[in-house]
This record gives sequence, C-alpha cells and structure tokens, in this order.
Amino acid sequence: MRYGMAIDTKKCVGCADCVVACQTENSVPHGYARDWIAETVSGRYPYLELEIRSERCNHCDNTPCVRTCPTGASHVIEGGIVIVTPEECIGCGACIESCPYDARFTHPDGYATKCTFCDHRVKNGQDPACVSVCPTHCMYFGDLDDPNSEVAKIVARRKWKVLAPEAGTQPQIYYLV
Amino acid sequence: MKTTRRDFLKISSVAAGGLVFAPVLNWVPGFLKSDKPIPDDSKAKRYPNYCEVCFWNCAGWVYTDHDNKIWKIIGNEDDPHSNGRFCPRGTGGVGMYYDDDRLKKPLKRIGEAGAQQFVEIEWEEAIETIAKKMQEIAGKHGPESFALFNHGSSGKHFADLFNAYGSKNIAGPAYAQCKGPREEAFQVTFGHALHSPEPLDIRDTRCLVLIGSHLGENMHNGQVQEMAEAIDKQATIITVDPRFSTAASKSKFWLPIKPATDMALLLAWIHVIIEEELYDRKYVEELTFGFEQLKAHVKDYTPEWAYGITTIEPDVIRATAREMGAASPAVIVHPGRHVTWYGDDTQRLRAVAILNALLGSWGRRGGFYLPEKAKLPKYPTPENPKPTWTWRDVMPGQYPLASLPVTNVLVDASHPSYLGKHKVKAWMVAGTNLIATMPDLKRTIEAIQNLEYLVVIDTMPAEITGYADIVLPECTYLERYDMMRISEHRIPTFALRMPAAEPRWESKPGWWICKQIASKIGKGDYFKYEKYEDVLDFQLKEMGSSLEEMKKAGVKTFHRKEDLYFVEGHPHVFDTPTGKIELYSNLMIENGFDPLPKYITHAQPEAGFYRLIYGRTPAHTFSRTTNNANLNDLFRENPLWVHPKTAREWGLKTGDKVWLKNHQGVVSHFSTKVRVTERIRHDSVYMAHGFGRTDERLTRSFGIGISDTELISDVKIDKETGSTGMRSNFVTFLKENPHNSDKKEA
Amino acid sequence: MREELITSSRMNPHIDPVLHIWEWQIPLYLFLGGLAAGLLFFAAYYTISGKTEKYRTAVKIAPIIAPIAIILGLMALLLDLKHPAYFWQLYTTIRLESPMSWGAWTLGAVAPLSIVWVVVNLKEIFPAFGCKVPFIKRLLIMVIKEADNGDVKWDWKWEFLQKFEKFVIKQRVPMAWAMIVLALILGVYTGILLSAFNARPLWNTSILGPLFLTSGLSTAAATIMWLSKDHHERTIFSKIDLMLITIELFLISHLIMGMLAGSEVQIQAVELLIGGEFTVAFWTNVIVLGLVVPAILEILELFKFKVPVAVPAFLILWGGLMFRFIMTDAGQVTRYLY
Repeated sequence: MRYGMAIDTKKCVGCADCVVACQTENSVPHGYARDWIAETVSGRYPYLELEIRSERCNHCDNTPCVRTCPTGASHVIEGGIVIVTPEECIGCGACIESCPYDARFTHPDGYATKCTFCDHRVKNGQDPACVSVCPTHCMYFGDLDDPNSEVAKIVARRKWKVLAPEAGTQPQIYYLV
Repeated sequence: MKTTRRDFLKISSVAAGGLVFAPVLNWVPGFLKSDKPIPDDSKAKRYPNYCEVCFWNCAGWVYTDHDNKIWKIIGNEDDPHSNGRFCPRGTGGVGMYYDDDRLKKPLKRIGEAGAQQFVEIEWEEAIETIAKKMQEIAGKHGPESFALFNHGSSGKHFADLFNAYGSKNIAGPAYAQCKGPREEAFQVTFGHALHSPEPLDIRDTRCLVLIGSHLGENMHNGQVQEMAEAIDKQATIITVDPRFSTAASKSKFWLPIKPATDMALLLAWIHVIIEEELYDRKYVEELTFGFEQLKAHVKDYTPEWAYGITTIEPDVIRATAREMGAASPAVIVHPGRHVTWYGDDTQRLRAVAILNALLGSWGRRGGFYLPEKAKLPKYPTPENPKPTWTWRDVMPGQYPLASLPVTNVLVDASHPSYLGKHKVKAWMVAGTNLIATMPDLKRTIEAIQNLEYLVVIDTMPAEITGYADIVLPECTYLERYDMMRISEHRIPTFALRMPAAEPRWESKPGWWICKQIASKIGKGDYFKYEKYEDVLDFQLKEMGSSLEEMKKAGVKTFHRKEDLYFVEGHPHVFDTPTGKIELYSNLMIENGFDPLPKYITHAQPEAGFYRLIYGRTPAHTFSRTTNNANLNDLFRENPLWVHPKTAREWGLKTGDKVWLKNHQGVVSHFSTKVRVTERIRHDSVYMAHGFGRTDERLTRSFGIGISDTELISDVKIDKETGSTGMRSNFVTFLKENPHNSDKKEA
Repeated sequence: MREELITSSRMNPHIDPVLHIWEWQIPLYLFLGGLAAGLLFFAAYYTISGKTEKYRTAVKIAPIIAPIAIILGLMALLLDLKHPAYFWQLYTTIRLESPMSWGAWTLGAVAPLSIVWVVVNLKEIFPAFGCKVPFIKRLLIMVIKEADNGDVKWDWKWEFLQKFEKFVIKQRVPMAWAMIVLALILGVYTGILLSAFNARPLWNTSILGPLFLTSGLSTAAATIMWLSKDHHERTIFSKIDLMLITIELFLISHLIMGMLAGSEVQIQAVELLIGGEFTVAFWTNVIVLGLVVPAILEILELFKFKVPVAVPAFLILWGGLMFRFIMTDAGQVTRYLY
C-alpha cells in the first residue's frame, strides 16, 4: 500500500479549487495554505510554454521532516501518508526547515501542519478533498502499489516528473507533463 | 514492496527507544488537545442549493459541521452544470456567508451621495419609506420612471415586483455589458440565441477555437470541465488572444493577434474556408441562405490582407483554417460571453456565427448541441399592468436588435443631458454593483446624482450602496429559498435552493423584501404566499414532484423530447425569416445594418499608451467576491501584466507599484503591482477585473489593486444592440502617486 | 525570460515570501551552545592534563559562564518553540536521526554537569562574600551558611551536600572526561543542527559541524583570554585562538570551495556569501572583524605590541555571533529550485 497522486499539468488550469476545497474541508485558517498553485513560464514571446502545478506535501518516501522531528510528532502512517500529531509537536520548526517544498507551516495554534492527503477521507475510501473537487479531473489519487489503480496506470502510461528529485526525498506526487 | 528507507526509519526510531518511552510519556490531558475532528461526509447534514457566486448556477450540497454551522459546499453529481464539481468560487461560497463585512441592517443615508454615511433603521421603516416613495413617483411621473437594475436569482423577484408595479424598465448588465451582441448575432444567423450555459458540445469537439475567450481563467464550470476532457481526447485548440492565456498554453496554435483586428482574421478564415472548399458543402447547401453573396463578399479578404492588419502570418491563418476544416463538423468557434469590445460587436459575432455555419457545427456532435429546457408552471398571479412606455421609447429607433432592456439607455434616460420626455427618475439596484460594472463612471455618477431616489439591495457593501437613499441587506443564497433553477442543457433539469442556515444579523431573502414592499404599495396579490416554500411546493407538485423530494435530491433531470443533434434526412427549419441559417441577412438590411460583416479599422494606442485588456481570474466573479475571505486568500491583488520590452522602456520591474492614466486623462484611484511577463503583447497591458474597491467597509479588498472599470471612459456603442464596447481604452503608467501631487498643488 | 511564481497568493506566515521560521532565537542558541561547549572543553582538557592551577581561569572561573550560557540558550530555544507548552515531548523519546533531539538530550546532560562543575569550584573562588541584595541573600542562605560578619559563606548547610561535594572533587578527572566528550558533541551539534537540513543547500555540508565546533572553541578561548589575569595563560590562549582562527578560515574557504564545486543549488546558495545578498555582512563581520583583525592583533601582541585584550576577544565573540546569524538567515533563503 502506497498512496500517491498524479497531477496532469496539461489539463490543470490553475483555478485553485483544490486550494479552497482543502481550506474548507480541513478548516485551514484564513491566510494559510496547505496547497497552492505554481506556474512556470518559459520561452520568449511568442514561443512560450506554461506549466501549471497544484503543489502540496509530496508525502515523500524518504522523509526529511520525519527524520528531523525531535519528538516523533511527524510520522508516517499506513500508506506512506506523512502526518503531524499536534499534541506531540513542540513547534521547533525543524520539519519546516527540512522540507525542500516549503509544504509545512506553523498553525496559529503553534504546531506544525500541512497536507494530510485527507487521511480522514482516505480511510473511508474517499479521495482527498482537492482531488474530489477538481473541475478538470486533472488529479488522480490512489495506491501506487496496486498496478490496477487509476493513478498507477496513468503514472505507468504517461511521461512524468517529480519536484526537486535531486533533494533525494523520493516525492510521491507525479506531475504528468 | 521491498523494505524502503521509510520502513527502516520506523524500525530505527523504535530501536532508539521510542517504543519504550512513548506509550507512557505521550499521554496528553484532554484539554491540551487542540485539533477539532473533521466531520464525516457520509454522516454530516447537507442541504441542496445552486450556486449564486456566478451565473453558471451550479447545483450542489451545502454541508454543515458538528455544530450545525456551514462547513463546505460540494457539487451535486446529478447536475449537468457542475457534474458534481464546483469551481473555486463555488467552493469558496462559504466565505460569502461568513463575511463579517456584510450588510447587517437596513441603512438610511445621512451624508452626501457616495460618501457611505448611514444610520441603521428598522425593516419596517425601510419598507414603509420605499413603498411611500414608489407610490409618490408613480403618482408624479408614472411607475415607468422607476427603473430596476438587477442581477442573479433574487433580481428576478425584484423584476416580478416591478412588473406588478407597472415598470418594464428592468435591465441587467448581463446584456449590454456582456453577451448582448452575441445573443443577437446568433439570433439573426441561427434564429436561436445561445443563453446560459451555452450549448457547446466541447467534450466531443475535435477543434475548439477561442477568440479572446479565456476559458480556464473564466471558470464557466461546465465548459472548463469539457475543455479538459477535450484536451484528454487530443482535440486541437486554437486560441486568438493578445495574451498567452491559460487556454493559449493548452493550444496547438496561439495567435497573438493585434488587439481590435479580430474581424480581419475572421474574414480571412471565412475566405480560406470558402476558397479551399473546407466548408461542409452538403450542410451549407441544405441549411444556409446567402452563400454566394458571402463568397463574393470575402473574395478580397485574403490571409495576406489580414496579415497586414492582424500581424498573424498568412500561413498560420491558412493552417488554422485547415484544422477547422479537417475537424468539421466537430468544431466550435467559441462565441465567447463577454463580447462588448469595440462597438462592432454584433457584426463580429455574426462573423463567428457564419464561420460556425460554414463548418456545419450547429446541431452537430462536437459543435453546438440542441438544448432542451424543463417548463415549470407559474405560480398564479394577476395580470401585470401595461406600462405606457419602456426603455425603447427613450431613444426611438435606436438599437433595433436589442431584445432585452439596455442598462446604458436607462442611465442615459436618467442623465441631466437627456432632454426627451421619457425620463427615469428613480432606481432600484438589486445585486449588481453598477459602479464597477458600467463603463464611463463619470456619466453613471452624474445620472445617479440626478435621481430623485435610489434603493440598493445587496449582501455586501459596495460602491453603489454609497449613493443609495436606502440600503437593504439581503441574506446570501445559503440562507434562503429561491425560485427553482431551470436551464437549457443537454438534458432538461431543475435544481432547488434551500437555506442551510438562518440569515445572519437582520438580512432577509429577496422574495421577502419584495413581498413586503408589494403589500405596502397595494400589489400584495402578486405575492400571495406565506413563505416561498409554498410557491416551490405548488410548482413541484404540478410537476409530479414535491419540495420534500427535492430537498433530498437537489436536482431533478428529465428525458429529452427531441434529438440532441440534427438527424440526417430530417429537415430543420430555423427561426429566421428564410427558415435557414442566414449567412446573408435581409433582416440586418431592414434595420439599416450591413447584411454581411465588414472590417472596420479601430483606433490603436498612441506612443506611450497601451491597450487596457481586462479579464477574469478563476478565483473571482466580477467585483463581488474580492472581499470573500476564502477567495481573497487565493487572489488578493490584480497585477498588471507588462511585456518585458515595454517594462524595459519604462524601467519597470516585477513588483513595482504603478498607477494608470487613460488616454482621456482618467487616473486610477489606487496602484497595483507590475508583473513583467512574456505572456502579453508589447502594445497591451492586462489585469483582472473587479479590484481597486473604494468602499472602506470592505476590510479585505479596500484599496487593493486597480479598477479596470474606472479607466474605461471611452465607450464604443454597438449600433445594433446598444451594448457598450469597452476595449478601446489606452493607458499609460504613472510611477509616482498622482494623488499626492494633487494635494501638493492644492 | 523564465518566470516561476505561485499564483494562488500563498502567504503562510514565516514561510512566504522566503522562509524565516528561525529568527534570532536559534542563532543565539547556537552561539551560546558553542561558547559553553568551548568553555567546558578547555576546563575539562586542563583538568585531565593536570594543569588546573596553571590554567585557573580556564578550569575554574570561565566555566561559570557555561551554565549561564546554556540556560540563556535554552531560554532562547524555548522562545523559538511555537508550541512551548509541549516542550517536554522532547524528553519522551530519543531520535538519533534528529539533531534537535540529541541536542536536547546532550544539553540535558551537559547543563547539570556544568552546574555541578561550577558549584564545586565556587567555594574556592568565593569562600565568603558580602551580599547586598537581601532577596538574593535570603535565597542563598537557604542552602549555604551565613558567616558571623553577615557575609555569605560558601559552606553547604547540609552534611550530605558537603559529602557530595567532597566526592565530586575527588571525581574531577572522570567528570572531566565525561565533560570533554559531551562538550565536543555539543560543539559539533551546533553545526550539525543546520547541516542536517538538506532542503537548505547552504547548510547542507558536513563541514558545518567541525566549523561550528572550531568557532565555538575560538569564542571560548577568547572569553578565557579576556577573563584571565595571568599573563602566561593569556598568551597561551591567544596562541590557541590564533590557531583556531587559522583552522576556521581554512574550513570556511573549504566550505565555499566545496559548494562552488557542487550542484546548481549549492552554487546559488554560496553565491549569497560571495557576491549576493549576504556578502557585505559576511565579509565585514565574520571574516574581517571576527577573524582577520583579531588574528592580526594577536600576532602583534605576540610581537610585544600593547593591545588591550578586550579588543580581539570582543571581536572574536562578535564574529562568532554574527557567523551564526548570517548562516541561519542566509540558509533559509536558499532552496531547491524546480
């Protein structure tokens, strides 16, 4: 069992519905974001390329945030989902410093927080909020270890990239390009 | 899976003693636990609604949390508008309900017009005052001199009120500031206007042509979803836009056209399609009228001719025309939505309609499907009184093609410079912030100041409320019942809106306000129901359903009566004078217009000025959502897109603050930040519409960004429909705060 | 032209527009930790080598600063915690891969050890003294005795403490062994804390451990030099310092060279120090004022020029402090680009 996500940059229009859906689903306080939209424009007018990405915690296989956490508040649960237990977090910031994706931040209540892959939904067999609302159906979520899952199939079929692979984190969000 | 590093980590931390200490020492007293459990979807309560953040009106569910407070909004799977998925604005609709800046109580203005100084009054007093004034104006000038400007669902209740009152001067900016020319051009050509949502079969198209339409940045939900599906199916997209829009980035061809020259490109495309015989010959022969005239008309509109005007290479024009021809009839030359650009908009949309006709896309799979609509019985009301005059009499003979009232004509009739006899003396404005909607702000304000009375109904404070004598706080769509949503689509549907929470503060539903006013002006018979549920239950029962059933389902769908596309061999009669698709239109001649679209040269910016192009961001609808906490979080300020070459000439860098001045000397209230980007032509600048709010009560959006509307003072009126062309304004940069120097001089 | 931007206006506090989750607290904590480590190292070293009397300042006086520095450092760390009510969670588990965790445990061991070390020396340094603040005096005489003349006399009130003191004094050398090991761990830890974060390319070099250790030792040597009234001791520490400065300069140049020979992100990271945002601050405060100038002054002193000892000592301490501030700040600016 290995949860992962594939995001089709060819279909994504960067509307940020994923961001609002996350905010409402998880009651993320206003002014904070667990996911966000990034864009890369390359080339020179009129020969341009635009890549739009919905970004969030990559739920890495090699987790620097879990490694540097002094209390074990950051940990990996079933399916490779990285989560934080607020009651064990001292708010030292080590996990935030260790994340190459700047995916974590300090909740106004003091503990480190970030995308949970909506583990509360996933355990009921639902997709994470962001995936379930996406109007362009550009996000796929599921078990990468199951070759019959939609996400495993699309990762096998399409050309993809991950973010900052050189950071050695083995991220599990695949951007289809 | 083999043992990964992750597993190893788990083991090593256990070995390090975590296991020994943790169970005992990780105990935490309950009161220190800070995160609230997230409710479970399947157990949470949900209420059906259809979205009011934009006109797409997607149907969905409003979920409440453990404390029965509004939690989130999710699409209804049975709804063809949303297919179960909302756009960010719909999802962020909760922010509208939770906005503490909302209008809370009826307000009476005490300061000068525009200054936003009010005292709170009771509902009774507010209704009493408005009713008295309505009767007074009806007595003095006739009810026709009271005009209604409306938008959205509750705007329809106010329309009912005004119809009962005796005024048909009811106009929404959705027509003359938006899709008016398109509706009439398609009406003339196909005998059918497009309405909303447009019947575009994007999901099955082979070729989608977007002309200035930035699908994906405008979140016309169903269309964006289908565009993504079309991308998946490898459809060709051709985007014509001076800006490298999101859609352009997904296109096989991006044509960065010189602004205001679209007509030349359209005519050249028609030329190539006819010359190279790429059109659907059988379709054109059987179903269209005036092909020969068209062929003769476009003979000289060659790609080489168009190149000089549009800056698009002739071979690109030919290549794109051939793409369309190859995909025919599964091709859509998108009619767009906000099409009031240069003043010859009806003619430009005629060219779009003609192009679609030549490619045989109307009534064809992958082109335009034939929409169907459910009919809901009307709740019985007495007949409306017949007004003695309407907006058409304000300037007789003008704008003959306009099928709906034209907002700017009502503004003209209110303006001191209007000398005719059909003067408008009072306005009611329901759910539309005219200050950020109507171009030529100065004229709008002059008209407002010439009024005897102005009532504004809205959920949020806005610039327009500052001029109102009375402001009424309406509750949001999440707190009220409204009429059923009935719309045209592939399948007929309707959707229910019911409240998920009590109205906050003293805000009230639109129908309630109308009912109160009606009963005070002796029109109570028109609102003969206790609660709006009575109306809904009556209508639904007539349809073999019930309010109870709809509360559980949210959306009801029906089977189609006719085919979705034309069927081979079944002749189709169009609702036009010839019964055919009119490439050449005698109706246009009768009304004094060209029967075929012609290219007209539009003004281009002088040196140092740049064409102001505005558009949407996916996070916002008009100016109405900029203060919504959820959506403000997504997109706070509207950066000004500037080409690197232009930026170099002006010494501008990304992040620099600029003010703008247009070619008529109008200066922006506020500044915005520059975004230097290759994504725009050097002769244009771009920004998102709806920012630069001047109402201080909007705590999140006040003073942020520039309002494009205030810089649109040069308006090009479309002679056919009276619509206001707004893309003919040119701006220059001011690097110093112009308002500081004003003060120094004074 | 290439544009990289976040279009959904993300403004997570302390993350955007650049990471600044660690402000003044962590660099101060690292500085104080390094200083304490150095002081304890020298005290332990001269105890083990049996030169307690020859290097009285190093062994007995300067270490008084160590527990104070550690306590102030821990207070700074506590101020950095955003969820401080849960700080005790640090001591519910040992996580060897988390420098923050073993740092907390090291400090947990070093702090009491340094306090014991200092307290047993107090009797010798201040056998009896007048205490003018009545409140402090009242506190002191809860544990120690009051002399006849009203002075406070450094004699434990209770016999078991007296016995314990005697026992500790006898065990000074084994204690020094423990302390020297812990001091080295602490000194290295102040660097490893940063270098463990490979997400921040500027920190991600193993040289940071020895470099911060050297810098900590150097600041400690400067402190001892400053406090010492003994000419011989001062000269020795001046020489030690000179050597440490040389090593530090050598390590810094290695840091820069290594990074320049590294990947794109490391090159971009180190460019902050050599031609970027932090160049002026780094070269002025750390290299020139913190290392080169004190080195020159100390060389001059070796050649019998009169240089007030406070000047090089202060500059070294300043340089050490600034080094940690700059490294913490600059490191947070650097990131992986994608």
